[in-house]
Amino acid sequence: METQFRLPKREKLGLVARYLRGNVGFFAAALLCACLSMVCNALTPQIIRITVDSVLGQEGVELPGPLEGLIRLDWLRANPIRALLIAAGAVVAIAALRGVCTYGQRVNLAKGSEGFVKQIRDDLYRHIQHLDFAWHTAHATGDIIQRCTSDVDVIRTFVCTQLVEVVRIVFLIVLYLSIMISMSPRLSLVSLVFIPVVGLSSGVFYRKISRRFQAADEAEGEVTTCAQENFTGVRVVRAFGRERFEEERFGRLNQRFSQLWIQLGRLMSVYWASGTLLTCLQVMAVILVGTIEAVEGRMTLGEFIAFVGYNETLAWPVRSLGRVLSDMSKAGVSMDRVGYILKAPEEEDGPEAQEIKLNGDIVFDHVSFGYAGQPVLRDVSFTIPQGSTFAVLGGTGSGKSTLIHLLDRLYDLGEGQGRITIGGRDIRQIRRDCLRRQVGLVLQEPFLFSQTIRENIAATRPHAPEEELRRAASVACVDEAITEFPEGYDTMVGERGVTLSGGQKQRVAIARMLMQNAPVMVFDDSLSAVDAETDAKIRAALRERGKGATVILISHRITTLMQADRILVLEDGRVADLGSHAELIARPGIYREIYEIQMSSDDRRLIEEGGTG
Amino acid sequence: MAAYDEQEYTQSFQLGIWRRLFPLLRPFRRHLILLLLFNLACAAVDVLLPLFQRYAIASFIEGDTLQGLLPYGLCYLAVILFQALAVLVFARKAMFIEMSLGRDLRRTLFHHLQTLSLSFYNVTPVGYLIARLMSDTNRISAMVSWNLSDLLWALFYVLGSFGAMLALNWRLAMVILLIVPAIALLTGYFQGRILHWNRRVRKLNSRITGAFNEGISGAKTTKTLSTEEQSTDQFRAITGQMHTAGVQAARLSAIYVPLVLFCSSLAVAIVVLRGGVMVTQQVLEIATLSAFATYAVGVFEPIQTIAANLSEFISLQASIERATGLLDQKPQVVDTPEVEAVYGDAFHPKRENWEALRGEIEFRDVSFRYPDGGEDVLSHFNLHIPAGTTVAIVGETGAGKSTLVNLACRFFEPTSGQILIDGRDYRERSQLWLHSNIGYVLQNPHLFSGTVRENIRYGRLEATDQEVEAAARAVSADTVVAKLEQGWDSDVGEGGDRLSTGEKQLISFARAVLADPRIFVLDEATASIDTQTEQLIQQAIDHLLQDRTSFLIAHRLSTIRKADLILVVRDGQIVERGTHLELLRRKGYYHDLYSKQFAQEHAAKVLG
Repeated sequence: METQFRLPKREKLGLVARYLRGNVGFFAAALLCACLSMVCNALTPQIIRITVDSVLGQEGVELPGPLEGLIRLDWLRANPIRALLIAAGAVVAIAALRGVCTYGQRVNLAKGSEGFVKQIRDDLYRHIQHLDFAWHTAHATGDIIQRCTSDVDVIRTFVCTQLVEVVRIVFLIVLYLSIMISMSPRLSLVSLVFIPVVGLSSGVFYRKISRRFQAADEAEGEVTTCAQENFTGVRVVRAFGRERFEEERFGRLNQRFSQLWIQLGRLMSVYWASGTLLTCLQVMAVILVGTIEAVEGRMTLGEFIAFVGYNETLAWPVRSLGRVLSDMSKAGVSMDRVGYILKAPEEEDGPEAQEIKLNGDIVFDHVSFGYAGQPVLRDVSFTIPQGSTFAVLGGTGSGKSTLIHLLDRLYDLGEGQGRITIGGRDIRQIRRDCLRRQVGLVLQEPFLFSQTIRENIAATRPHAPEEELRRAASVACVDEAITEFPEGYDTMVGERGVTLSGGQKQRVAIARMLMQNAPVMVFDDSLSAVDAETDAKIRAALRERGKGATVILISHRITTLMQADRILVLEDGRVADLGSHAELIARPGIYREIYEIQMSSDDRRLIEEGGTG
Repeated sequence: MAAYDEQEYTQSFQLGIWRRLFPLLRPFRRHLILLLLFNLACAAVDVLLPLFQRYAIASFIEGDTLQGLLPYGLCYLAVILFQALAVLVFARKAMFIEMSLGRDLRRTLFHHLQTLSLSFYNVTPVGYLIARLMSDTNRISAMVSWNLSDLLWALFYVLGSFGAMLALNWRLAMVILLIVPAIALLTGYFQGRILHWNRRVRKLNSRITGAFNEGISGAKTTKTLSTEEQSTDQFRAITGQMHTAGVQAARLSAIYVPLVLFCSSLAVAIVVLRGGVMVTQQVLEIATLSAFATYAVGVFEPIQTIAANLSEFISLQASIERATGLLDQKPQVVDTPEVEAVYGDAFHPKRENWEALRGEIEFRDVSFRYPDGGEDVLSHFNLHIPAGTTVAIVGETGAGKSTLVNLACRFFEPTSGQILIDGRDYRERSQLWLHSNIGYVLQNPHLFSGTVRENIRYGRLEATDQEVEAAARAVSADTVVAKLEQGWDSDVGEGGDRLSTGEKQLISFARAVLADPRIFVLDEATASIDTQTEQLIQQAIDHLLQDRTSFLIAHRLSTIRKADLILVVRDGQIVERGTHLELLRRKGYYHDLYSKQFAQEHAAKVLG
C-alpha cells in the first residue's frame, strides 16, 4: 500500500491545528494551570528558606517590595510561634492553591485531548464513509483500521501528552533556573553544567534504541502470526502430524522475541543506571559546592536548603525532556498514514446535480467502461422500460456487475464513455444519495451489520412500523426463520450473535432493500445461496409487491431468467443478444445453449423420470 | 460471545490462583532473589540520601567548617555509584525475568494447545486463543517482574523513610504518621472508582475499534443504501460516550492526585510548625528539620503507588485464571500409555515401530455425538471401505458432512462402537501414526507464512528440492510458481494471502502429494475459480485419488459421479448411500440435490 505517502510539514501542522480548533481553550487553560502550579511549587522552598533564616536563624529578611509593607518583621520576630504558624499556614495555603491548579490542569487537558481525538475519529469515520467505491476496493480493511486506531493514538499522545509535556518542562526549567540564578549564580553554574549532558544523552540514547524497539515489536508480531496460523490451520497441522515441527517453529520465534527484549533490557539498564548516576551526581555536586558556599558565607543556610530543593526538582524532568523529544519523531509517520486517508477525495456531486424522483425508462447509451485500463464494457446500449422485469445473463468477468455499479453511480462514466439516462435525464445530473435511495441494490455477497436483525432490515428507515418490517421479511421468505430464533427480530447478527447461513444473509439483505420502497430494484446474483424453490417463492412475492417497479435480475438460473420481460446476454463486455425468453430460445446462441443443457440432458431425463419436475 | 468482553475481575486476593505460577517461577528463583535484594538496596539508598544533606548542614554549615568534606564527598560518591550499580542489576534482572517467564508461559500454553482436540478448536475463536497466548502472558510476566518490583520498592521506601524519621526524632515522626490514615481513606475511596472508569474507557476503546471495523467493511453496503450520515451519527454516539468516560476518569484522578499531594504539603506544614517550635526549644537541629521536610515530600507518593499496584495485582488474577484455564482443558482424544510406549507421542514419535498402512477402514456399530451436542449424529453405523475406495459425502452446507471424516481421521472418537483401520481398532495405535498417513486438503486451503517451497515441504519435512518440485508438477502447481517473481522462494504472505484461492488449492494439493498418504481427504471448494484453474484442479484431484482410500466432501458433479460410494447427509444424519446411478434411480433426497446443482453448474460452465 501507499506507505510512501508523505504529508508536507505545513500540512501536518494544519492537520493538528484543524482538530485543535474548539479545544485550544482547554489546552491553554491546562497549560496556564500547569504553570501556576509550578509557581506554587517553587514558593514552598522560599517559605522554608525564610523560616530557617529569619525565624529560626537571625538573618534579615529581604521580602519582595509589595510584601514589605504588609508584613511587619518586628512583629513576627516578637513571637516565633506566631511566625511559624504563619509559615505553616502559607505552606498549606499554597498547597491548596496548587491542588486547585493541578485539578484544573488535568481536567482541562482531559477535555482538550478527548475533544481533539473525538474530532479526529469522527472526521475519519465520516470521511471514510464518503470515499468512493473504488477506494474501498483498493484498500485492505485491516490496514485502514490500524491507521484509524493505533496511528490516531500516536498523534494523540504527541499532541496531548508530549507537546504539553515539553511546554511544561521548558517552563519548569526556565522558572527554576531563574530562581536559582537569582539566589546564587555561581552554584547555578554547577547545575547548568549537567542539564545539557543529561538531556542530550537521553535523547541520543532513545534515538539509537528506537530501531531495536521496532525489531523487538516485529519479532512479537511474528510470534503472534505463527500462533494464529497454527490455530487457524489446526486441521492441517494435525492431519500432517506436524505438532512437533510447529512447536519448534513457535519455540524459535518465541525465543528470539524474548532474546531481543532481554538484549534491549541490557541497554535500557545501562541507560537507567547512567541516568541515575548523572542525576545523583548533579544533586551531590550542588550539595558539595553549596556547602562550601554556605561555610564561606556566600549563602545562608536557608538558601542552601531551598537551592538543593530546587535542584532536585529540576534533575528528573530534564531527563524525560530528552526522551520525549526523541519519541516525538514517531508522530510524523503516523500523521502521514492518517493524512493519506484524509487526503483521499470524497465523492462529490457537481453543482448541477439535482434531487429528482426517478421516472421513466433506463437507457444505457453506448456505454464503454473499464478499470485500470482493462476494458470491461464495450459500447453497450439497451433500454429497460419502466415497470418491466429485465434480466442479465453473463459469465464471470462479462461485466454484469459493472452495469449495476454504473447504474448506482458507484463508478461514474467519464467523458466519451457514453451515458446512462433515466427518463431521459443523465444520471450524472442526479444527486448520488437521491439516486441510491431510489435504486434498491442487493449485492452478491451482502454485508450485514453487527446489530440486531431488526436494525439491519430497518437500516434505511429506522422508524418504520413493525408490520412493514415483517412484511418485507415475509416477501424475502425470512420472517419464519427469524421468528424461530429465541430473540426473534432482536437477535444480534455476527460475532456476538447468531451466524446466519449464506442464504439467510441474502434474504435479510433483500428484506432490507425492500424497505427502501425503491422504484428500481436490482438483484446482483443475490439468490445464489437460496435454493430454487425459495428463489421462486421470493420472486412471486416480489412480483406481487413490486407492481410498477422496474426489476433487474442477474442470475445463472434459466428458471429465474425466463420470467423476465427481456433478457440481456452479455459476453466479454458486449451485448451478445437481447430479447424475451421465447425469442432467445428460438434462435441459436448462448442462451439457447444453456437452456438446453439445463433442461435436457441424460441426467435431466433421469431426474424427470422421478416426476419432481 | 462472552470471550470477547472484558471479564469481570475477582475482587479479592486468592492465593490459590497465584500458586499456579510458582512452578513456572522456580527456574528463576535465584534471579528473583537478586532482583529482590537489589531492589531493597535501591530503596535503602533512596532513604539514605536525605541524610547526606542533613550531615552536610549539621557538620559543615552549622559547624562552620570544611574539615572532613573530602572523605564525606568520597563516601557520598561511593553510595551513588552503588546506587547506579543497584539500578543496573535490578533493571537487568527485571527484564530477564519478565521475558523468560513470558517465554515459558507461552511455550507451555502453545505446547498444551497442540495436544488439545479439534472439538476444542471448533468452539473456540482464534482471537480468544491469541489473546490468552499473547496479551495475558505479557501482562502476567510484566506484572510479576516490574509491578512487583515497584510495589516492593515503594513498600521498602515508605517503611525505610518512616524508620529514618522515627530514628531521627520520634515525636515529630509520630505527628507525620497521623497523615497516613487520611491517605489510606482517600485511596480506598478513589481507587475503586478510578478503576471502574478506566475499565469503561478500555471497553469503549474496543467498541470504537469494532465500529471502525464495521464501518469500513460495510462501507460499500452503506453506500448502496445511502445511509452514510446515519452510520456516522451512530459512530459519533460511541465517541461521545468515550469523551464523557475519558473526562470522568481523568476528573477522578484529577481530584485524587492533588489531594495526596496536599497531604504531603500538610506534612511539610507540620514539620515547619512543630519542627520549628522544637528547633526554638533546642530539641531539634535545623539539619534534621530539613531532612524531615524532604521525607515528608517524598513519602506519600509511594503510598499511592502501593495502592495502585495492589489493585492491579488483584485484577491480574483474571489473566492468570484465563491463561491457566487453558492448561486445564483436557484433550478429548488421547493415546493410552501402552500405545505411547510403542508408537511414541506427537512430539517424540517412534517411527521404527510403525506398521505400514494399507487404507482399509471399517466403521463397526459406531454411534457418535459431538461433545457439545445433545443427540447422536450417528447411531449404530456400519460401513466397510476397502483400501483404494473413493467415498463421496454430499449434502447441503451445515448438514454435517464433516462428521464421518472427523471420525475416520480420529479428530473425534466414536461415542460407542469401533473404527478399524487395516482390521485393528485405531485406538490401538497412535494418533500420529494415523495422521502421518493422511493427506488433507481443505475447502479454504490453509497455507503458512513462508515460501512456496516451505509450504509444499510441510507435507514431508525431509523431502529434497527435487521431490518438492516433482510433487508440484504432478498437480500442475508449478504453473502457479511460474507466475511468481521469485519462483519457488516467493513468500506466500500471511495465511497465503498473496495467492488466489485457486492457487492456494494447487499448492495444498502438492503438499498432500508430497506426503504420499494412504488416506486422502478432500473438502472440495465451492468458491468460483476461473475455468483454467478449475481444470488444473480437477486433474490434480484425479491424480491424488489414484490408489488411495479417499473421502471427498464433494461439490463438483464430476467428482461425485466418479465416486465408488456416495453418502448423503441431511440434518446430521446419513440418509442415503449407494453409487450415483443407484441413488438417482431411488429419486430421493440425492436426486433433489443433484438436479439443483446440475442446473447451476452447467450454466456456469457455458458462460465461463
